[in-house]
Amino acid sequence: MAKVRVLIRPKGGILDPQGKAVERALPALGFEGIERVRVGRMVELEAEDPERLPELCEKLLANPLIEDFEIENLDDGA
Amino acid sequence: MLWGVVQFPGSCDERDALHACGQAGEARLLWHEERDLGGLDAVVVPGGFSYGDYLRAGAIARFSPAMEAVADFAAAGGPVLGICNGFQVLCEAGLLPGALLLNEELRFVCRQAELVAAGAESPFTAGIEPGERLSIPVKHGEGRYFAPPEMLDRIEANDQVAFRYAPGHNPNGSARDIAGVVNEAGNVLGLMPHPEHAVEALTGSVDGLRLFEGASRVAA
Repeated sequence: MAKVRVLIRPKGGILDPQGKAVERALPALGFEGIERVRVGRMVELEAEDPERLPELCEKLLANPLIEDFEIENLDDGA
Repeated sequence: MLWGVVQFPGSCDERDALHACGQAGEARLLWHEERDLGGLDAVVVPGGFSYGDYLRAGAIARFSPAMEAVADFAAAGGPVLGICNGFQVLCEAGLLPGALLLNEELRFVCRQAELVAAGAESPFTAGIEPGERLSIPVKHGEGRYFAPPEMLDRIEANDQVAFRYAPGHNPNGSARDIAGVVNEAGNVLGLMPHPEHAVEALTGSVDGLRLFEGASRVAA
């Protein structure tokens, strides 16, 4: 089984209200100078056939109209 | 006219949808594991939080047996109405263009909205003239209609916009004030506002009934 991590993020240019809300909260906590916060999702899974993962991401884990995804192989360098 | 109202685990508006459909024909529930749409003249995919809205609203519901059957039904020209979560499901299933994102202000909105009919032809908009105003409630946290600009241009050029929020009434930051769209063939309509909650004078408006009556007249 291949251990894999999929990162899913809102496409550039799409308003991300969650990121904005986090960004707006930071100065009150004393964190200055933080910009362009974007909130996405992370999915970890184990796959028998990693070659099918891009298809799985496009069909279910991400919506390609609004999200980009990135597949990281966690077995690398293990 | 026999309506089917899909019920997923997590649906919550199927009873109101049944009630609304019942004013424009007969109606029955369609459990999400059912594949047999035999005898149905129209299908409603109602609001709620299908499968807990896990991953993305509508993302998992689209793979249910009932939705596979609804996709075939729609491809054959059957009228399908997606309301709120149902709209999200139809977009995720690729039966309608675009996607629904978190509301611009991150707040769940629950209020009466003024809609303007935008001219898309479909069984559900039959008898509603372009420019007519309808008062129909919205209640959602993820209702911001989004499509890339070129897709928006295309659906506007094809007259696929069914309803827009009236000026000043856009509750969620939807692109170009779009509240509802139809597919290219016009037999599938999705909208965020809830016509099934606007079918009794007691609750403030009966404008929603017109969508159900329209489809019923077309089917007759």
